[in-house]
Amino acid sequence: MIDQARMEILELLEKGKSLSPKHIAMMLGKEEAEVRKIIKELKEEKIILKHKTIIDWEKAGRETVEAVIDVRVSPQRDVGFDVVASKIYRFPEVKSVYLMSGTYDLSVVVEGKNMKDVALFVAEKLATIENVLSTTTHFRLKKYKEDGIFFTGENEDNRMVVSP
Amino acid sequence: MTLNSNGIFKEKRRVSSRVEEVPPSGIRRFFDLASEMKGVISLGVGEPDFVTPWNIREACVHSLEQGYTMYTPNSGLPELREEIAKYFSKRFNLDYDPNCEVLVTVGASEAIDLALRALVEPGDEVLIPEPCFVSYKPCTIFAGGTPVTLSTTAQSGFKIKPEDIITKITPKTKILLLSYPCNPTGASYSYQELLELAGVVEKYDLLVISDEIYSELTYDGFKHYSFASLPNMKERTIVHNGFSKAFAMTGWRIGFAAGNENIISAMTKIHQYSIMCAPIMGQKAAVEALRNGLPAMNEMVAEYEKRKRLIVSGLRDMGLSCIDPQGAFYVFPSIKETGLTSEEFAEMLLREEKVAVVPGTAFGECGEGHVRCSYAASTGNIIEALNRMRRLLGRLNPKVMSL
Repeated sequence: MIDQARMEILELLEKGKSLSPKHIAMMLGKEEAEVRKIIKELKEEKIILKHKTIIDWEKAGRETVEAVIDVRVSPQRDVGFDVVASKIYRFPEVKSVYLMSGTYDLSVVVEGKNMKDVALFVAEKLATIENVLSTTTHFRLKKYKEDGIFFTGENEDNRMVVSP
Repeated sequence: MTLNSNGIFKEKRRVSSRVEEVPPSGIRRFFDLASEMKGVISLGVGEPDFVTPWNIREACVHSLEQGYTMYTPNSGLPELREEIAKYFSKRFNLDYDPNCEVLVTVGASEAIDLALRALVEPGDEVLIPEPCFVSYKPCTIFAGGTPVTLSTTAQSGFKIKPEDIITKITPKTKILLLSYPCNPTGASYSYQELLELAGVVEKYDLLVISDEIYSELTYDGFKHYSFASLPNMKERTIVHNGFSKAFAMTGWRIGFAAGNENIISAMTKIHQYSIMCAPIMGQKAAVEALRNGLPAMNEMVAEYEKRKRLIVSGLRDMGLSCIDPQGAFYVFPSIKETGLTSEEFAEMLLREEKVAVVPGTAFGECGEGHVRCSYAASTGNIIEALNRMRRLLGRLNPKVMSL
Protein backbone atom coordinates (compact mmCIF):
# COMPACT_ATOMS: atom_id res chain seq x y z
CA MET A 1 0.00 0.00 0.00
CA ILE A 2 1.27 3.47 -0.83
CA ASP A 3 1.55 5.71 2.20
CA GLN A 4 0.35 9.19 1.16
CA ALA A 5 2.40 11.10 3.74
CA ARG A 6 5.62 9.31 2.80
CA MET A 7 5.04 10.01 -0.88
CA GLU A 8 4.35 13.70 -0.27
CA ILE A 9 7.47 14.06 1.84
CA LEU A 10 9.59 12.31 -0.79
CA GLU A 11 8.24 14.54 -3.55
CA LEU A 12 8.98 17.68 -1.53
CA LEU A 13 12.50 16.50 -0.68
CA GLU A 14 13.24 15.67 -4.29
CA LYS A 15 12.03 19.04 -5.56
CA GLY A 16 12.77 21.40 -2.69
CA LYS A 17 16.10 22.98 -2.14
CA SER A 18 17.11 22.06 1.40
CA LEU A 19 13.62 22.16 2.92
CA SER A 20 13.77 21.68 6.66
CA PRO A 21 11.47 19.16 8.41
CA LYS A 22 9.77 22.17 10.00
CA HIS A 23 8.87 23.69 6.63
CA ILE A 24 7.80 20.33 5.22
CA ALA A 25 5.50 19.92 8.22
CA MET A 26 4.01 23.36 7.59
CA MET A 27 3.44 22.58 3.93
CA LEU A 28 1.75 19.27 4.57
CA GLY A 29 -0.21 20.36 7.64
CA LYS A 30 1.58 17.86 9.89
CA GLU A 31 3.58 17.94 13.12
CA GLU A 32 7.32 18.50 12.79
CA ALA A 33 8.06 15.47 14.99
CA GLU A 34 6.03 13.22 12.70
CA VAL A 35 7.87 14.47 9.61
CA ARG A 36 11.24 13.91 11.30
CA LYS A 37 10.21 10.39 12.20
CA ILE A 38 9.09 9.55 8.67
CA ILE A 39 12.29 10.96 7.15
CA LYS A 40 14.36 8.90 9.57
CA GLU A 41 12.45 5.76 8.56
CA LEU A 42 12.87 6.53 4.88
CA LYS A 43 16.63 6.85 5.39
CA GLU A 44 16.79 3.62 7.38
CA GLU A 45 14.87 1.79 4.68
CA LYS A 46 17.31 3.18 2.09
CA ILE A 47 14.48 4.88 0.22
CA ILE A 48 16.17 8.22 0.70
CA LEU A 49 19.73 7.46 -0.40
CA LYS A 50 21.52 10.77 -0.54
CA HIS A 51 20.98 14.51 -1.01
CA LYS A 52 22.50 15.79 -4.20
CA THR A 53 23.26 19.28 -5.50
CA ILE A 54 22.99 19.92 -9.22
CA ILE A 55 25.98 21.99 -10.31
CA ASP A 56 26.87 23.54 -13.63
CA TRP A 57 30.55 22.54 -13.39
CA GLU A 58 31.40 24.13 -16.69
CA LYS A 59 30.18 27.50 -15.43
CA ALA A 60 32.09 26.95 -12.19
CA GLY A 61 35.24 26.61 -14.31
CA ARG A 62 35.99 22.94 -13.96
CA GLU A 63 36.58 21.18 -17.27
CA THR A 64 35.56 17.54 -17.21
CA VAL A 65 34.28 15.22 -19.89
CA GLU A 66 31.48 12.75 -19.65
CA ALA A 67 30.81 9.80 -21.88
CA VAL A 68 27.88 7.45 -22.29
CA ILE A 69 29.13 3.98 -23.20
CA ASP A 70 26.92 1.34 -24.74
CA VAL A 71 28.16 -2.02 -23.48
CA ARG A 72 27.16 -5.38 -24.92
CA VAL A 73 27.48 -8.24 -22.46
CA SER A 74 26.91 -11.97 -22.64
CA PRO A 75 24.62 -12.77 -19.74
CA GLN A 76 25.52 -15.53 -17.30
CA ARG A 77 23.38 -18.35 -16.01
CA ASP A 78 21.44 -17.51 -12.81
CA VAL A 79 22.81 -13.99 -12.37
CA GLY A 80 22.05 -12.48 -15.81
CA PHE A 81 23.78 -9.14 -16.17
CA ASP A 82 24.12 -8.35 -12.47
CA VAL A 83 27.65 -9.65 -11.89
CA VAL A 84 29.10 -7.87 -14.89
CA ALA A 85 27.23 -4.72 -13.93
CA SER A 86 28.66 -4.82 -10.43
CA LYS A 87 32.17 -5.26 -11.80
CA ILE A 88 31.60 -2.09 -13.82
CA TYR A 89 29.84 0.11 -11.28
CA ARG A 90 32.50 -0.41 -8.61
CA PHE A 91 34.96 1.76 -10.56
CA PRO A 92 34.88 5.30 -9.12
CA GLU A 93 35.13 6.69 -12.68
CA VAL A 94 31.67 5.26 -13.36
CA LYS A 95 28.86 7.66 -12.39
CA SER A 96 25.89 5.50 -13.27
CA VAL A 97 24.98 2.17 -14.83
CA TYR A 98 21.63 1.11 -16.29
CA LEU A 99 20.42 -2.15 -17.78
CA MET A 100 18.80 -1.31 -21.10
CA SER A 101 16.42 -2.88 -23.57
CA GLY A 102 17.40 -2.81 -27.24
CA THR A 103 20.60 -3.29 -29.20
CA TYR A 104 23.00 -3.18 -26.25
CA ASP A 105 22.74 -4.19 -22.62
CA LEU A 106 24.36 -1.76 -20.20
CA SER A 107 24.47 2.01 -20.44
CA VAL A 108 27.47 3.28 -18.50
CA VAL A 109 28.19 6.93 -17.72
CA VAL A 110 31.87 7.64 -17.17
CA GLU A 111 33.47 10.89 -16.07
CA GLY A 112 37.10 11.82 -16.68
CA LYS A 113 39.44 14.79 -16.80
CA ASN A 114 39.69 14.65 -20.59
CA MET A 115 38.83 12.46 -23.56
CA LYS A 116 42.06 10.51 -23.37
CA ASP A 117 41.38 9.73 -19.74
CA VAL A 118 37.96 8.27 -20.58
CA ALA A 119 39.21 6.43 -23.65
CA LEU A 120 41.96 4.78 -21.62
CA PHE A 121 39.51 3.75 -18.95
CA VAL A 122 37.28 2.11 -21.55
CA ALA A 123 40.13 0.36 -23.32
CA GLU A 124 42.00 -0.85 -20.25
CA LYS A 125 39.34 -1.39 -17.62
CA LEU A 126 35.89 -1.69 -19.15
CA ALA A 127 36.49 -3.59 -22.39
CA THR A 128 38.69 -6.15 -20.68
CA ILE A 129 36.09 -7.32 -18.18
CA GLU A 130 35.08 -10.93 -18.79
CA ASN A 131 31.81 -11.31 -20.71
CA VAL A 132 31.96 -7.76 -22.06
CA LEU A 133 31.56 -8.24 -25.80
CA SER A 134 31.86 -4.72 -27.13
CA THR A 135 31.77 -1.04 -26.18
CA THR A 136 30.68 2.08 -28.07
CA THR A 137 31.70 5.39 -26.53
CA HIS A 138 29.67 8.60 -27.01
CA PHE A 139 31.06 11.81 -25.54
CA ARG A 140 28.57 14.32 -24.20
CA LEU A 141 29.17 17.71 -25.79
CA LYS A 142 26.72 19.99 -24.04
CA LYS A 143 24.30 19.76 -21.16
CA TYR A 144 20.88 21.33 -21.70
CA LYS A 145 18.84 19.86 -18.87
CA GLU A 146 19.57 17.61 -15.93
CA ASP A 147 17.13 16.25 -13.35
CA GLY A 148 14.45 18.68 -14.52
CA ILE A 149 16.70 21.74 -14.32
CA PHE A 150 17.49 23.80 -17.41
CA PHE A 151 21.17 24.66 -17.85
CA THR A 152 20.19 27.79 -19.81
CA GLY A 153 18.77 31.07 -18.53
CA GLU A 154 15.14 29.99 -18.80
CA ASN A 155 14.51 29.45 -15.09
CA GLU A 156 14.47 33.20 -14.39
CA ASP A 157 11.48 35.13 -13.07
CA ASN A 158 10.58 37.82 -15.57
CA ARG A 159 7.35 39.01 -13.94
CA MET A 160 6.77 42.61 -12.85
CA VAL A 161 7.64 43.01 -9.16
CA VAL A 162 4.18 44.17 -8.14
CA SER A 163 0.94 43.68 -10.06
CA PRO A 164 -2.79 43.67 -9.27
CA MET B 1 -11.46 70.00 -29.05
CA THR B 2 -11.08 73.58 -27.90
CA LEU B 3 -7.79 75.32 -28.61
CA ASN B 4 -6.58 78.51 -26.94
CA SER B 5 -4.95 81.37 -28.85
CA ASN B 6 -1.54 79.61 -28.87
CA GLY B 7 -3.04 76.55 -30.44
CA ILE B 8 -2.52 74.50 -27.26
CA PHE B 9 -5.29 72.33 -25.81
CA LYS B 10 -6.99 73.92 -22.87
CA GLU B 11 -5.73 71.85 -19.93
CA LYS B 12 -9.09 71.27 -18.32
CA ARG B 13 -10.72 70.08 -21.52
CA ARG B 14 -8.18 67.36 -22.20
CA VAL B 15 -9.53 64.45 -20.20
CA SER B 16 -13.15 63.73 -19.40
CA SER B 17 -14.08 64.41 -15.80
CA ARG B 18 -15.44 60.90 -15.45
CA VAL B 19 -11.96 59.51 -16.10
CA GLU B 20 -10.12 62.32 -14.30
CA GLU B 21 -11.99 61.65 -11.08
CA VAL B 22 -10.97 58.00 -10.84
CA PRO B 23 -7.76 57.79 -8.81
CA PRO B 24 -4.82 55.81 -10.22
CA SER B 25 -4.36 52.29 -8.82
CA GLY B 26 -2.80 52.19 -5.34
CA ILE B 27 -0.56 49.41 -6.54
CA ARG B 28 1.30 51.70 -8.88
CA ARG B 29 3.26 53.47 -6.15
CA PHE B 30 4.55 50.18 -4.75
CA PHE B 31 5.46 49.00 -8.16
CA ASP B 32 7.56 52.13 -8.69
CA LEU B 33 9.20 51.83 -5.28
CA ALA B 34 9.97 48.12 -5.60
CA SER B 35 11.22 48.43 -9.17
CA GLU B 36 13.95 50.84 -8.10
CA MET B 37 15.36 48.45 -5.52
CA LYS B 38 17.66 45.46 -5.92
CA GLY B 39 17.32 42.14 -4.09
CA VAL B 40 13.60 42.48 -3.47
CA ILE B 41 11.65 39.32 -2.76
CA SER B 42 8.20 39.95 -4.09
CA LEU B 43 5.02 38.63 -2.56
CA GLY B 44 3.28 41.42 -4.45
CA VAL B 45 2.66 39.67 -7.73
CA GLY B 46 -0.84 38.95 -8.96
CA GLU B 47 0.10 36.25 -11.42
CA PRO B 48 1.44 32.68 -11.32
CA ASP B 49 5.20 32.19 -11.01
CA PHE B 50 4.90 29.23 -13.35
CA VAL B 51 5.54 29.69 -17.04
CA THR B 52 2.72 28.49 -19.33
CA PRO B 53 3.06 24.68 -19.67
CA TRP B 54 5.18 23.76 -22.68
CA ASN B 55 2.49 21.84 -24.59
CA ILE B 56 0.35 25.00 -24.60
CA ARG B 57 3.21 27.21 -25.75
CA GLU B 58 4.11 24.64 -28.39
CA ALA B 59 0.54 24.61 -29.73
CA CYS B 60 0.83 28.36 -30.31
CA VAL B 61 4.21 28.02 -32.02
CA HIS B 62 2.75 25.31 -34.25
CA SER B 63 -0.25 27.45 -35.15
CA LEU B 64 2.09 30.30 -36.12
CA GLU B 65 4.06 27.92 -38.34
CA GLN B 66 0.79 26.89 -39.95
CA GLY B 67 0.09 30.52 -40.75
CA TYR B 68 -2.72 31.23 -38.27
CA THR B 69 -2.18 34.97 -38.08
CA MET B 70 -5.62 36.27 -39.04
CA TYR B 71 -8.80 37.55 -37.35
CA THR B 72 -11.15 35.06 -35.79
CA PRO B 73 -14.95 35.39 -35.56
CA ASN B 74 -15.90 38.18 -33.10
CA SER B 75 -17.00 35.77 -30.42
CA GLY B 76 -13.88 33.61 -30.75
CA LEU B 77 -12.73 30.49 -32.61
CA PRO B 78 -15.62 28.01 -32.85
CA GLU B 79 -13.44 25.17 -31.54
CA LEU B 80 -12.45 27.25 -28.52
CA ARG B 81 -16.08 28.15 -27.71
CA GLU B 82 -16.89 24.46 -28.08
CA GLU B 83 -14.17 23.54 -25.57
CA ILE B 84 -15.30 26.26 -23.18
CA ALA B 85 -18.90 24.99 -23.32
CA LYS B 86 -17.64 21.46 -22.62
CA TYR B 87 -15.59 22.77 -19.71
CA PHE B 88 -18.64 24.47 -18.16
CA SER B 89 -20.68 21.33 -18.59
CA LYS B 90 -18.08 18.93 -17.17
CA ARG B 91 -16.85 21.14 -14.39
CA PHE B 92 -19.96 22.99 -13.18
CA ASN B 93 -22.82 21.05 -14.75
CA LEU B 94 -23.74 24.17 -16.74
CA ASP B 95 -24.94 23.93 -20.32
CA TYR B 96 -24.20 26.86 -22.60
CA ASP B 97 -24.68 27.00 -26.34
CA PRO B 98 -21.20 27.66 -27.79
CA ASN B 99 -22.80 29.49 -30.71
CA CYS B 100 -24.60 32.22 -28.82
CA GLU B 101 -23.95 31.99 -25.08
CA VAL B 102 -20.14 32.06 -24.95
CA LEU B 103 -17.84 34.98 -25.78
CA VAL B 104 -14.02 34.86 -25.91
CA THR B 105 -12.43 38.09 -24.71
CA VAL B 106 -9.07 39.75 -24.14
CA GLY B 107 -8.71 38.44 -20.59
CA ALA B 108 -11.53 38.17 -18.06
CA SER B 109 -10.95 41.89 -17.39
CA GLU B 110 -12.33 42.79 -20.81
CA ALA B 111 -15.32 40.53 -20.24
CA ILE B 112 -16.15 42.33 -16.99
CA ASP B 113 -15.81 45.72 -18.65
CA LEU B 114 -18.09 44.54 -21.47
CA ALA B 115 -20.70 43.19 -19.09
CA LEU B 116 -20.79 46.48 -17.17
CA ARG B 117 -21.02 48.54 -20.34
CA ALA B 118 -23.69 46.26 -21.77
CA LEU B 119 -25.87 46.32 -18.66
CA VAL B 120 -25.43 49.64 -16.87
CA GLU B 121 -27.76 52.60 -17.55
CA PRO B 122 -26.55 56.00 -16.32
CA GLY B 123 -26.95 56.08 -12.56
CA ASP B 124 -27.54 52.36 -12.11
CA GLU B 125 -26.04 51.06 -8.91
CA VAL B 126 -23.59 48.17 -8.88
CA LEU B 127 -23.03 46.39 -5.58
CA ILE B 128 -19.34 45.61 -5.10
CA PRO B 129 -18.09 43.67 -2.07
CA GLU B 130 -14.71 44.94 -0.89
CA PRO B 131 -11.79 44.29 -0.56
CA CYS B 132 -11.82 43.36 -4.23
CA PHE B 133 -9.87 43.42 -7.46
CA VAL B 134 -8.81 46.94 -8.41
CA SER B 135 -10.78 47.32 -11.63
CA TYR B 136 -14.40 46.80 -10.57
CA LYS B 137 -15.11 50.28 -9.29
CA PRO B 138 -13.32 52.20 -12.07
CA CYS B 139 -14.97 50.07 -14.78
CA THR B 140 -18.38 50.68 -13.20
CA ILE B 141 -17.73 54.43 -13.27
CA PHE B 142 -16.42 54.33 -16.85
CA ALA B 143 -19.65 52.54 -17.79
CA GLY B 144 -21.67 55.38 -16.25
CA GLY B 145 -22.79 53.42 -13.20
CA THR B 146 -22.52 54.14 -9.51
CA PRO B 147 -20.45 51.69 -7.48
CA VAL B 148 -21.91 50.87 -4.07
CA THR B 149 -19.44 49.30 -1.67
CA LEU B 150 -20.33 46.32 0.49
CA SER B 151 -17.54 46.37 3.08
CA THR B 152 -16.41 43.08 4.56
CA THR B 153 -14.11 42.36 7.47
CA ALA B 154 -11.94 39.57 8.81
CA GLN B 155 -14.70 38.76 11.33
CA SER B 156 -17.04 37.76 8.51
CA GLY B 157 -14.23 35.95 6.68
CA PHE B 158 -14.27 38.77 4.10
CA LYS B 159 -17.59 37.47 2.80
CA ILE B 160 -20.89 39.25 2.33
CA LYS B 161 -24.13 38.01 3.84
CA PRO B 162 -27.67 38.55 2.47
CA GLU B 163 -28.28 41.41 4.94
CA ASP B 164 -25.25 43.29 3.56
CA ILE B 165 -27.01 43.36 0.20
CA ILE B 166 -30.44 44.16 1.61
CA THR B 167 -29.25 47.26 3.50
CA LYS B 168 -27.78 48.74 0.30
CA ILE B 169 -30.72 48.03 -2.00
CA THR B 170 -32.29 51.10 -3.65
CA PRO B 171 -34.62 51.36 -6.65
CA LYS B 172 -31.48 51.91 -8.75
CA THR B 173 -29.68 48.73 -7.69
CA LYS B 174 -29.17 46.57 -10.73
CA ILE B 175 -26.08 44.41 -10.45
CA LEU B 176 -24.15 42.42 -7.86
CA LEU B 177 -20.49 42.12 -8.91
CA LEU B 178 -19.27 39.08 -7.05
CA SER B 179 -15.78 37.60 -7.18
CA TYR B 180 -14.76 34.34 -5.56
CA PRO B 181 -12.24 32.98 -4.73
CA CYS B 182 -11.32 36.58 -4.02
CA ASN B 183 -8.27 38.60 -4.94
CA PRO B 184 -6.92 39.87 -2.43
CA THR B 185 -8.42 37.88 0.47
CA GLY B 186 -8.54 34.31 -0.89
CA ALA B 187 -12.06 34.00 0.55
CA SER B 188 -14.65 31.89 -1.23
CA TYR B 189 -18.25 30.87 -0.61
CA SER B 190 -19.69 27.46 0.25
CA TYR B 191 -22.73 26.17 -1.63
CA GLN B 192 -24.98 27.05 1.32
CA GLU B 193 -23.63 30.62 1.51
CA LEU B 194 -24.12 31.05 -2.22
CA LEU B 195 -27.70 29.78 -1.98
CA GLU B 196 -28.49 32.44 0.62
CA LEU B 197 -27.06 35.15 -1.63
CA ALA B 198 -29.00 33.76 -4.59
CA GLY B 199 -32.20 34.10 -2.59
CA VAL B 200 -31.67 37.85 -2.17
CA VAL B 201 -30.58 38.24 -5.78
CA GLU B 202 -33.84 36.71 -6.92
CA LYS B 203 -35.96 38.63 -4.44
CA TYR B 204 -34.60 42.00 -5.57
CA ASP B 205 -34.35 40.99 -9.21
CA LEU B 206 -30.60 41.67 -9.51
CA LEU B 207 -28.20 40.62 -12.22
CA VAL B 208 -24.94 39.00 -11.17
CA ILE B 209 -21.56 39.54 -12.74
CA SER B 210 -19.65 36.62 -11.29
CA ASP B 211 -15.87 36.80 -11.67
CA GLU B 212 -14.68 33.24 -11.17
CA ILE B 213 -11.19 33.60 -12.60
CA TYR B 214 -9.69 31.71 -9.63
CA SER B 215 -12.29 28.91 -9.70
CA GLU B 216 -9.71 26.21 -10.37
CA LEU B 217 -7.44 27.34 -7.56
CA THR B 218 -9.14 26.04 -4.41
CA TYR B 219 -7.48 24.08 -1.64
CA ASP B 220 -7.85 21.46 1.04
CA GLY B 221 -10.89 19.92 -0.62
CA PHE B 222 -12.88 23.15 -0.95
CA LYS B 223 -15.26 22.86 -3.90
CA HIS B 224 -16.07 25.80 -6.16
CA TYR B 225 -19.67 26.22 -7.31
CA SER B 226 -20.39 28.58 -10.16
CA PHE B 227 -23.02 31.20 -9.31
CA ALA B 228 -24.83 30.36 -12.54
CA SER B 229 -25.22 26.75 -11.42
CA LEU B 230 -27.43 27.74 -8.46
CA PRO B 231 -31.19 27.25 -8.85
CA ASN B 232 -32.77 29.99 -11.02
CA MET B 233 -29.46 31.88 -11.34
CA LYS B 234 -28.30 30.87 -14.82
CA GLU B 235 -30.49 33.40 -16.63
CA ARG B 236 -29.44 36.33 -14.44
CA THR B 237 -25.72 35.53 -14.11
CA ILE B 238 -22.85 36.26 -16.45
CA VAL B 239 -19.95 34.01 -15.50
CA HIS B 240 -16.45 35.32 -16.17
CA ASN B 241 -13.41 33.15 -16.31
CA GLY B 242 -10.17 32.82 -18.23
CA PHE B 243 -6.89 31.06 -18.73
CA SER B 244 -4.57 33.42 -16.85
CA LYS B 245 -4.59 31.90 -13.40
CA ALA B 246 -5.48 28.23 -13.89
CA PHE B 247 -3.10 27.65 -16.78
CA ALA B 248 -0.49 30.30 -15.95
CA MET B 249 -1.37 32.24 -19.11
CA THR B 250 -1.61 35.86 -17.91
CA GLY B 251 0.28 37.42 -20.80
CA TRP B 252 -1.82 35.67 -23.43
CA ARG B 253 -4.86 37.75 -22.48
CA ILE B 254 -7.56 35.19 -23.13
CA GLY B 255 -10.71 35.16 -21.04
CA PHE B 256 -14.34 34.34 -21.60
CA ALA B 257 -17.87 35.07 -20.49
CA ALA B 258 -20.96 32.88 -20.59
CA GLY B 259 -24.56 33.76 -19.97
CA ASN B 260 -27.97 34.59 -21.33
CA GLU B 261 -28.00 34.93 -25.12
CA ASN B 262 -29.28 38.52 -25.14
CA ILE B 263 -26.65 39.75 -22.73
CA ILE B 264 -23.81 37.87 -24.45
CA SER B 265 -24.96 39.28 -27.77
CA ALA B 266 -24.96 42.83 -26.34
CA MET B 267 -21.46 42.29 -24.97
CA THR B 268 -20.38 40.86 -28.33
CA LYS B 269 -21.64 44.02 -30.02
CA ILE B 270 -19.31 46.22 -27.95
CA HIS B 271 -16.46 43.73 -28.34
CA GLN B 272 -17.04 43.64 -32.10
CA TYR B 273 -16.69 47.39 -32.50
CA SER B 274 -13.93 48.04 -29.97
CA ILE B 275 -11.73 44.93 -30.04
CA MET B 276 -12.86 42.88 -33.05
CA CYS B 277 -11.56 39.62 -31.59
CA ALA B 278 -9.07 38.20 -29.11
CA PRO B 279 -5.67 37.40 -30.68
CA ILE B 280 -5.74 34.12 -32.58
CA MET B 281 -2.38 32.96 -31.14
CA GLY B 282 -3.78 33.05 -27.63
CA GLN B 283 -6.99 31.37 -28.71
CA LYS B 284 -5.09 28.51 -30.35
CA ALA B 285 -3.08 28.06 -27.16
CA ALA B 286 -6.28 28.16 -25.09
CA VAL B 287 -7.77 25.30 -27.10
CA GLU B 288 -4.73 23.19 -26.24
CA ALA B 289 -5.00 24.24 -22.59
CA LEU B 290 -8.57 22.95 -22.29
CA ARG B 291 -7.89 19.80 -24.30
CA ASN B 292 -4.59 18.71 -22.75
CA GLY B 293 -3.62 21.16 -20.02
CA LEU B 294 -5.49 19.73 -17.04
CA PRO B 295 -2.69 17.50 -15.67
CA ALA B 296 -0.26 20.44 -15.63
CA MET B 297 -2.93 22.61 -13.99
CA ASN B 298 -3.54 20.03 -11.26
CA GLU B 299 0.18 19.90 -10.54
CA MET B 300 0.30 23.69 -10.15
CA VAL B 301 -2.73 23.67 -7.85
CA ALA B 302 -1.10 20.99 -5.66
CA GLU B 303 1.99 23.16 -5.43
CA TYR B 304 0.00 26.30 -4.47
CA GLU B 305 -1.77 24.30 -1.79
CA LYS B 306 1.50 23.41 -0.07
CA ARG B 307 2.77 26.97 -0.29
CA LYS B 308 -0.49 28.28 1.11
CA ARG B 309 -0.12 26.07 4.18
CA LEU B 310 3.51 27.18 4.53
CA ILE B 311 2.75 30.89 4.39
CA VAL B 312 -0.39 30.76 6.55
CA SER B 313 1.35 28.89 9.36
CA GLY B 314 4.47 31.04 8.93
CA LEU B 315 2.46 34.25 9.33
CA ARG B 316 0.53 32.87 12.29
CA ASP B 317 3.80 31.72 13.89
CA MET B 318 5.03 35.30 13.93
CA GLY B 319 1.83 36.50 15.56
CA LEU B 320 -0.04 37.86 12.53
CA SER B 321 -3.61 36.64 12.47
CA CYS B 322 -4.78 35.54 9.09
CA ILE B 323 -7.73 33.68 7.66
CA ASP B 324 -6.94 30.38 5.97
CA PRO B 325 -7.89 31.15 2.37
CA GLN B 326 -10.12 28.79 0.42
CA GLY B 327 -8.68 29.73 -2.94
CA ALA B 328 -6.71 32.03 -5.29
CA PHE B 329 -3.04 32.52 -4.34
CA TYR B 330 -3.21 35.28 -1.77
CA VAL B 331 -3.28 35.56 2.00
CA PHE B 332 -4.51 38.72 3.65
CA PRO B 333 -2.99 38.85 7.15
CA SER B 334 -3.85 41.54 9.68
CA ILE B 335 -0.99 43.83 10.62
CA LYS B 336 -3.06 45.87 13.09
CA GLU B 337 -0.91 44.60 15.99
CA THR B 338 1.98 46.70 14.69
CA GLY B 339 0.01 49.92 15.12
CA LEU B 340 0.92 50.90 11.56
CA THR B 341 -1.38 51.51 8.64
CA SER B 342 -1.27 49.10 5.70
CA GLU B 343 0.65 51.63 3.63
CA GLU B 344 3.16 52.35 6.38
CA PHE B 345 3.74 48.68 7.08
CA ALA B 346 4.13 47.74 3.41
CA GLU B 347 6.52 50.61 2.82
CA MET B 348 8.61 49.81 5.89
CA LEU B 349 8.76 46.13 4.93
CA LEU B 350 9.94 47.08 1.47
CA ARG B 351 12.51 49.68 2.51
CA GLU B 352 13.95 47.86 5.51
CA GLU B 353 13.65 44.20 4.59
CA LYS B 354 13.15 44.31 0.83
CA VAL B 355 9.97 42.30 0.81
CA ALA B 356 7.21 43.59 -1.45
CA VAL B 357 3.58 43.11 -0.40
CA VAL B 358 0.55 45.18 -1.39
CA PRO B 359 -1.25 47.33 1.20
CA GLY B 360 -4.82 46.15 1.77
CA THR B 361 -6.16 49.63 1.06
CA ALA B 362 -5.29 49.18 -2.64
CA PHE B 363 -8.34 46.88 -2.73
CA GLY B 364 -10.78 49.12 -0.88
CA GLU B 365 -10.89 51.16 2.30
CA CYS B 366 -11.94 48.19 4.40
CA GLY B 367 -8.64 46.52 3.49
CA GLU B 368 -6.99 48.87 6.02
CA GLY B 369 -5.02 46.97 8.63
CA HIS B 370 -4.19 44.16 6.19
CA VAL B 371 -1.63 43.44 3.50
CA ARG B 372 -1.90 41.12 0.53
CA CYS B 373 0.83 38.49 0.29
CA SER B 374 0.91 36.42 -2.88
CA TYR B 375 2.23 32.89 -2.63
CA ALA B 376 2.76 32.68 -6.36
CA ALA B 377 6.43 32.64 -5.40
CA SER B 378 8.94 29.84 -4.97
CA THR B 379 9.05 27.97 -1.66
CA GLY B 380 12.56 29.28 -1.06
CA ASN B 381 11.44 32.86 -1.57
CA ILE B 382 8.42 32.41 0.69
CA ILE B 383 10.61 31.05 3.48
CA GLU B 384 13.12 33.89 3.11
CA ALA B 385 10.33 36.50 2.95
CA LEU B 386 8.79 35.07 6.13
CA ASN B 387 12.19 35.29 7.88
CA ARG B 388 12.54 38.93 6.86
CA MET B 389 9.01 39.79 7.96
CA ARG B 390 9.65 38.17 11.32
CA ARG B 391 12.81 40.25 11.69
CA LEU B 392 10.89 43.47 11.02
CA LEU B 393 8.14 42.50 13.45
CA GLY B 394 10.81 41.75 16.04
CA ARG B 395 12.12 45.29 15.74
CA LEU B 396 8.62 46.78 15.81
CA ASN B 397 7.48 44.76 18.76
CA PRO B 398 10.03 42.71 20.74
CA LYS B 399 7.19 40.75 22.30
CA VAL B 400 6.30 39.20 18.97
CA MET B 401 9.62 37.41 18.76
CA SER B 402 9.04 35.64 22.04
CA LEU B 403 5.72 34.19 20.87
